[in-house]
Amino acid sequence: MHIEHIDEHFNNRNVTELDSNYYLVGIEDYPSDNWGRFKRVVKRSLRGELFVGLWVVMREMIRFDIHTVQYPEEKMPIGPRYRAIHQMKRLWESDTERCIGCGLCEKICISNCIRIDTKLDVNSRKEVSEYSINLGRCIFCGYCAEVCPELAITHGGEYENASDQREHFTMYQDMLTPLDMMRAGTQVEFEGFGSITPHEDERVKKTPLAY
Amino acid sequence: MSKITINIDGKEIQTQEGEYILNAARANNIFIPAICYLTRCSPTLACRLCLVEADGKQVYACNAKSKEGMSVVTTSENIAKERRAIMEVYDVNHPLQCGVCDQSGECELQNYTLEMGVDAQNYAIKDVNRKDKDWGHIHYNPGLCIVCERCVTTCKDMIGDNALKTVARGADAIEAEFKDTMPKDAYAMWNKLNKSLIGLTSGEEMLDCTSCGECAAVCPVGALVDTHFIYSSNAWELKQIPATCGHCSAGCQISYDVKHTSIDNTNEKIYRVMNEWNYVALCGAGRYGFDYQNEVKAKDEAAFKRAIEAFKKADTIKFTSTITNEEAYLLQSLKEKFGYKLVNSEAKALQTFLNDYSEISGTKLYGYDLEATHNANFVISVGAALKSDNPNARYALNNSMTVNKGAGLYFHPLKDPVIEGLGKSIMTMYHAPLQEEVVLYLILDLFADKTKLPSDIVEYLATFHSQKTITVEEIIKEEITEIVKVMKKNEESGEEEEVEEEKKKMVPKKISKEVEVDDNRLLAILGADDKFMEDLEKNLAKKDTFALMAGADLYTHPNAKNLARLLALIEKYSAFEITVIPTLTNSLGVALICELDEKQGSYTIGYNTKGDFTLSALGNGDLDMPAMNQQEGTLTSINKRVNPTNAAIGYNGYELNDIANALGFNAENVIDYTPMLPSNKGFKVQKFDNLPNHYENDGTECRGYLLDNVAVATSGDESVAAFSEGKLEGTLIYLANPVRQFSDFTNKATNLDEVSGVYMSEEFLSKSELNEGDSVRVKNENGEIVAKIVSDNKISGDIVLLPTFDSKINSEALFSTYRFATASIERV
Repeated sequence: MHIEHIDEHFNNRNVTELDSNYYLVGIEDYPSDNWGRFKRVVKRSLRGELFVGLWVVMREMIRFDIHTVQYPEEKMPIGPRYRAIHQMKRLWESDTERCIGCGLCEKICISNCIRIDTKLDVNSRKEVSEYSINLGRCIFCGYCAEVCPELAITHGGEYENASDQREHFTMYQDMLTPLDMMRAGTQVEFEGFGSITPHEDERVKKTPLAY
Repeated sequence: MSKITINIDGKEIQTQEGEYILNAARANNIFIPAICYLTRCSPTLACRLCLVEADGKQVYACNAKSKEGMSVVTTSENIAKERRAIMEVYDVNHPLQCGVCDQSGECELQNYTLEMGVDAQNYAIKDVNRKDKDWGHIHYNPGLCIVCERCVTTCKDMIGDNALKTVARGADAIEAEFKDTMPKDAYAMWNKLNKSLIGLTSGEEMLDCTSCGECAAVCPVGALVDTHFIYSSNAWELKQIPATCGHCSAGCQISYDVKHTSIDNTNEKIYRVMNEWNYVALCGAGRYGFDYQNEVKAKDEAAFKRAIEAFKKADTIKFTSTITNEEAYLLQSLKEKFGYKLVNSEAKALQTFLNDYSEISGTKLYGYDLEATHNANFVISVGAALKSDNPNARYALNNSMTVNKGAGLYFHPLKDPVIEGLGKSIMTMYHAPLQEEVVLYLILDLFADKTKLPSDIVEYLATFHSQKTITVEEIIKEEITEIVKVMKKNEESGEEEEVEEEKKKMVPKKISKEVEVDDNRLLAILGADDKFMEDLEKNLAKKDTFALMAGADLYTHPNAKNLARLLALIEKYSAFEITVIPTLTNSLGVALICELDEKQGSYTIGYNTKGDFTLSALGNGDLDMPAMNQQEGTLTSINKRVNPTNAAIGYNGYELNDIANALGFNAENVIDYTPMLPSNKGFKVQKFDNLPNHYENDGTECRGYLLDNVAVATSGDESVAAFSEGKLEGTLIYLANPVRQFSDFTNKATNLDEVSGVYMSEEFLSKSELNEGDSVRVKNENGEIVAKIVSDNKISGDIVLLPTFDSKINSEALFSTYRFATASIERV
């Protein structure tokens, strides 16, 4: 319902209709001769718009009702779909890393900043031996999180990535959810790109099982 | 075979009479889905995807032959239903974890599942426990296997190892309801699929074959994977560098698949070697022997200066044939400018042999190649340890027998279980060393057109024939009459009584008969068994294309000249077409380009071989050179084709071109010499960058260019000398490598793990007091070596094999020129 309403609102682009919300802004014609230009300069100089702005500042100062966030002491909560520095998630069941080393994030990355080394581990499984994201190149587009079949790589809310080396933020071990967080059950699932939609169960066609 | 026109989906196309519809369609860029079919092998009929309608009847495009005026429709409503059901069946119990599958991205199951639009599953069956199997260099994951049998097919029809077969899966039967509800072909295909998996023919735990890895290459899914490649890279990350294999003279098309080494190391590394397996089959050396590059950190200027000094001092350049045509041309140019002697004994032998051959044949080169041999149906091999000298020649022999219903005749002193295993229609004759002349005379005797053959040769051959009387046992049917007693009703009295009756009966009887037969003494000299002629006649039935492959035993033979002339006579006066197997990678190119000398002078530059100053791509010389996978250039193959190869990985040091430039030549890159290769020897004026390196959809080989077979003036003298009766006896040694090894370069490759030593057959070891791993001294009048014994089950008989792939064992020291010698072997 909600979506339909928005659709209607934005889809009505007919400016000529009487009941439309659009109206033309009254803009004076540009002066065509030097006299006209002179008159415009005088008019603009003497209107005192500067003082309008100064008044607003003065007024707000006296009111003592300042909305400025005192960053970095104060921080705004970040939206759950915000795309900041990547996180690697763990499985709820076993606390092991979700990443299976399929390399799809490496393939889809449009700024070519992900690289992954894999090998056969002692249990004959695919093991990620090295994982790197070059944050100097990353444009935080979210494709890696979207393509990840295991919901392993996601974005997080950590947007403070000023450092002399951005690589400091992409140590694989640092991106992984810490084990104590897992034990405490406080790993936060990402709700943005790549996450499971609420209607997923209805969309999936069930595969029959013979046993 | 005549050209015919057929109509596929409304498109008129030209094809050969009897060509499979699938091949005809592919050659004309018409898509018919198919998984199990391999172009040069026989149809398997496992996948049934290639179902088409020909003249209104449903047939399988991979085994239905085209007929004039045939009208083919590649899809219909029913066929589309079948194909979708087939793909659904393939997806039943197939794991969906493509992320941890090495085939992902180049998987035919992925492709066809999408192509057929399979988005839901209607069939199900209980899975069986399918455990991973480690077969050594190959890893088998039955859970991913779709039993298309491509691995089995290529191993049987192309390679000839017959190492794989289908084995029982042990699954429950498919539920009966599916029989009625499913499309017919899909059900039949599922029924077969559900009964089988792939297993080893030997029944052992590990693969014991010639380890070519072709099965893993053709596998459409991730069921068969090269063990070294597992989980090392995704297919789509790899960059394909088109190249030519640099290990033997077959000059197979390969691509080096490269990627950065790791996150920390951005240098390119070769991860695997792939091939166009529909049109070329690789051997183990080509597939696994790829990391033989010479890693050099930087240009060693001091060594380069010393090299230039050495070149100024030297009077001889000694080299091996593992070089490109361009380098060979540079060496020849250096010779022309500074008068160096060029020494390369193995290429020299081939050069002399080909020149002697041309004196009768009238052409610079032999007439046939391996491609044509694949299509022949009677193939002879003389003087080559086929499986190790040129594995592709073995594939050609095997392929001609399996697919063309052909037969083969293998002459060689070394007993070879691999060749014997090629099938029933291969005949092997293990003659004594030095008897190659007799073999060629025998071929002339058996196959040459005696009416055209020079009369003196006909007379000479006739001296070996005589009539002899032999007693043969024959079974004939004889009619006998016997008296039997039967009960009969007496018509008068109405009672039963016993009467005697005469009965005639046919009874088989063995009799001895004396018959006059032709006795060919050549056969006796070679030690053929009595049934040889009988078997040969059986094998020769319905044969019309004849090919002969001649190997390096002939060029190194003391009577090589006579052998070359005999070979030319065989080609001229019989239906046989000849292919000469060049000894090493580019022996043919070197033999054509360089003027070679016999003797070396006082100061020698060695290129990939020991000299007073050694240039080496193996990293053990005085100045480093790039290995073949780090070089651009062309290689001349057995197929008389000049194939381009590219550098797969970087090289930071000096190359031969730098030395030539310092000595007064001027070429930016060594490939600037490609158009200058001698056109009077058959090379063409073509720039390297214009040389293609791929196969067309119809299998046309677009790789480099074919050499012109230049005509040579002949004297008309076609005389050949009588064969010398000598043969080597005693403890025999043979200069040849085990399968998968050719040179120090293959020895350097990490995935080829053959140990160097003296190779003895299990049969020989069990008869002697020697054991595997013992150190032995092999000694004869030429020299002696000490090495460890390696037991080799790919040879049998008494001949001991001395390999050349490890130059630390100087096997050549024991041989004068001929590849066989006698020696004493004792434990140390």
